[in-house]
Amino acid sequence: MLTLLFDGIAYGMLLFVLSLGLAVTMGLMNFINLAHGAFAMAGGYVLVVLMQQAGWPFLACLPAAFIVTAAAGALFERTLYRPMYGKPHLDQVLFSIGLTFMAVAAVDYVIGSQQQNVQLPDVFRHRFEFGTGAWQLGMGAYRLFIVVVCIGLALLLQALLSRTRFGSRLRAAVDDPRVAAGLGIPVNRVFLVTFAVGSGLAGLGGALGADILGLDPSFPLKFMVYFLIVCAVGGTSSITGPLVAALVLGIADVMGKYYAPKLGAFIVYVLMIAILLWRPQGLFTREGGR
Amino acid sequence: MITRRQHFATLALAAAAAASAGLAQAQSDTVKIGVILPMTGQSASTGRQIDAAIKLWVAQNGSKAGGKKVEVIIKDDAGVADTTRRLAQELVVNDKVVALAGFGLTPLALATAPIATQSKTPMVVMAAGTSSITEASPFVVRTSFTLPQAAVSIAEWAAKNKIRKVVTLVTDFGPGNDAEKFFVSQFQLNGGTIAEKLRTPLRSPDFAPVLQKVRDAAPDALFVFLPSGQGAQFMKQFGERGLDKAGIKLIATGDVTDDDQLNDMGDVALGVVTAQHYSAAHPSAMNKKFVADFQAAAKFRPNFMAVGGYDGMRVIYKALDASKGAGGEALLAGMKGQLFESPRGQVLIDAQTRDVVHDIYIRKVEKKDGQLWNIEFDVQKAVKDPGKLK
Amino acid sequence: MNAQQKLRAPSRWRAWEIALWVLIWATPVVFAQHAALVNEIAILALFALSLDLILGYAGIVSLGHAAFFGVGAYGASLFAKHVMPDPLVGLVVGTVLGAVLGVLTSPMIVRGTDLTRLMVTMGIALVLLELANKFDNITGGADGLQGVVMGPVVVPFIGRFDFDLGARVASFYSLGVLFVAFLLLRRIVHSPLGISLQALRDNRLRVSAIGLSVQGRLAAVYTLGAALAGAAGALLAQTTGFASLDAFEFHRSADVMLALVIGGAGWLWGGLIGAIAFKVMHDLLSAFTPQYWTFWIGLFLVVLMLVGREKLFRPWTWWRRGSK
Repeated sequence: MLTLLFDGIAYGMLLFVLSLGLAVTMGLMNFINLAHGAFAMAGGYVLVVLMQQAGWPFLACLPAAFIVTAAAGALFERTLYRPMYGKPHLDQVLFSIGLTFMAVAAVDYVIGSQQQNVQLPDVFRHRFEFGTGAWQLGMGAYRLFIVVVCIGLALLLQALLSRTRFGSRLRAAVDDPRVAAGLGIPVNRVFLVTFAVGSGLAGLGGALGADILGLDPSFPLKFMVYFLIVCAVGGTSSITGPLVAALVLGIADVMGKYYAPKLGAFIVYVLMIAILLWRPQGLFTREGGR
Repeated sequence: MITRRQHFATLALAAAAAASAGLAQAQSDTVKIGVILPMTGQSASTGRQIDAAIKLWVAQNGSKAGGKKVEVIIKDDAGVADTTRRLAQELVVNDKVVALAGFGLTPLALATAPIATQSKTPMVVMAAGTSSITEASPFVVRTSFTLPQAAVSIAEWAAKNKIRKVVTLVTDFGPGNDAEKFFVSQFQLNGGTIAEKLRTPLRSPDFAPVLQKVRDAAPDALFVFLPSGQGAQFMKQFGERGLDKAGIKLIATGDVTDDDQLNDMGDVALGVVTAQHYSAAHPSAMNKKFVADFQAAAKFRPNFMAVGGYDGMRVIYKALDASKGAGGEALLAGMKGQLFESPRGQVLIDAQTRDVVHDIYIRKVEKKDGQLWNIEFDVQKAVKDPGKLK
Repeated sequence: MNAQQKLRAPSRWRAWEIALWVLIWATPVVFAQHAALVNEIAILALFALSLDLILGYAGIVSLGHAAFFGVGAYGASLFAKHVMPDPLVGLVVGTVLGAVLGVLTSPMIVRGTDLTRLMVTMGIALVLLELANKFDNITGGADGLQGVVMGPVVVPFIGRFDFDLGARVASFYSLGVLFVAFLLLRRIVHSPLGISLQALRDNRLRVSAIGLSVQGRLAAVYTLGAALAGAAGALLAQTTGFASLDAFEFHRSADVMLALVIGGAGWLWGGLIGAIAFKVMHDLLSAFTPQYWTFWIGLFLVVLMLVGREKLFRPWTWWRRGSK
């Protein structure tokens, strides 16, 4: 039972890192970016390619995944996304679906459609076990690593948001871009940096999760639903909202698959619909937020 | 009822028309074989393997059979049954193929069976493994395998090797149901107990929670069936959860240690005992040549799907020889009863059931020359599909 | 023209519309080799038409329209298998089931933001997919529902037509249903209800301000769209002889949305043209590059969205800068 809880937390933290970029993009630019999953997949493939072709050690590939996808995100934002900001949501949805399709097919063509195997360094293959019986807590070293990294990231981002000038500019731009621009905040640059960081986080999440979630060209399509659930339920105007939503989703998913395997994923969807009906703006949105 | 009689009459007319069309086509110089494979989507690895195997056969044996030139048309159905059916319809009506082949998954084969019956076109199933497929139409011939064959064999082996308590884990679809049903009945027949029967979904399975359940049940062994392609992910989770260290042996049907993925699984796969009809390490001269030629052309190792495709082509070619290039019933008759040596061992296409009868080997994963192989150490000869005997 | 004539003008049949329909009815004969494809196009066109109703005319972004499609497909197949194999009755069953699901879910889609609606519609389709998978003793689960043998289509005064291997009868059947749906929607769109729907799409606040019931209209149009989608699903199940979980899959919802966007949402011909273009492109591209069809359709979408959806079918605006 505790092991399951731990697994759920690890899964949830991973989802959080993956979805945070999407949440911030939606909250900041009011842009529904369904191609977010493609950035996550890109990060995973950067990891795989660097490890398998260039022989880089695992830990070095993680920052590389972040940097490469952040750079890609910055590039795309400047060239492709910016013209789409004012357009209706349907156009944005279709545009990002189009990008996703292109990414999926490109990866399939260049690398192939088989599942990618990530060989973790041996230090991550340990397992810590405490206690026995129903209350046994078994923690895989890798999952522990993921939880620690994600908590660190969450704290770092929260500090960035509340303690730095960039953070306050970002919060201002989220609340009201026009007034923020009027005050001299370079809103476009804020968007660019935020989008880049968000995509980088997705890439990092994809690299971290490649071992647990599996990595193949259909990754964006499989997991996009989960990211969207986290954003819809957690709201898009804070970091804690998506964090809590991701944890709830991760734990519910794992517990559901253990205790009621026939229902499994069904529980997650019903839960999501129920929450959205009860609070259409998400669980954590401030009143008056978008 | 008049409606039904009319319906029947129309079907008979259509069949007669198709048969005569088939005969008319036999007068021309080319016969076409329509192969429908999942080249994209979840089962793409199956399509890839069979495609390479077919190309190898044609390269080795040429494009003539039964006195006619043979043309192979390969179509992609992406694993979607609607598409398979439409492609089969088009192949039969437009291209007038003399045989249909391929069928990467059970639902794809089942969806096409009515078309085979209606048009009297023999349908060679090269990949799908559910027992009931050959009963869906009198024109279905199988060269792949059935899950019950492997499940029954591994259950026998387990019972004779001090394994008393087993948890079963299978994927929730046709072949999975077959595997579970026959493993359980054979194992219990030999005095073993089944602690729990677990299922995982066909699409995007998550093995972590279900492996936790296995851990909690603490059996002697875990019996697994997963479709080709999911084995690697499963093996990783098995190792990561510490199940091997907790003393739970892993026994499975050979799909889990699929030759296609085996080498990438790493050392966690060592020692896994499986039962299947084909291992790329099978020590026969014919197989050694098959594997060498296959790897030279395709750059990857052949697996049990490839051998199903290879043998399927053999069956079609020899049947064409027997029917002198004709299709329909004559071609079907040429397929029934074929007995031949295949890279897997000896194969018989049973004349009654049209299903494949072959040897099932018990293998263990070992490292040889730095690569992982399924090394055979025991065999059950000439196993018929238990699903038909019940 | 006075005001009344001007308002009535769109509802008159244009010459090109009649010509197009004649051409469409001729396709199963002219393209007899591709009758199965024509059948699929007709079904997709009906599906797209139903989506057009809720997307193009009422402005509801739904990524889960496949839910109604699947319900219609399974409903019609189960009906044919267990009750009676008459296709027309089965079609009605599928349509009604779609409508029922639409009525049940319409309260869910009127609340919240675009994102919420997107999630809820997707969620409904996913829930139904899981349900169909779970009750596999009824639905056949991942293997699909096999063994559906349809009876002949009985057209009064014309005769009985059995479904043939060449899919001729199937394509005429689907085209017939499509035509009826098209006529029905034409009447609705040019009725007061239809005009109020367009107003709803353009500015919901104002519509409620002039005293029209927003919820009621949204529910009505959503239900009608659901019913037609159910009909499309029933057609697919009947003409192919089986139903599978694929009917609920996300790619179905995405494909129909793509088809509609290609053709242009907001006008009736959009669904038809989009379905034809989409399926034909798919068939052609898949023959060359089976895997990479997704790449080209993705590229097409990206370019289309960047350029502007409305501009695609108004080529004269491509060179006029500054116009909307």
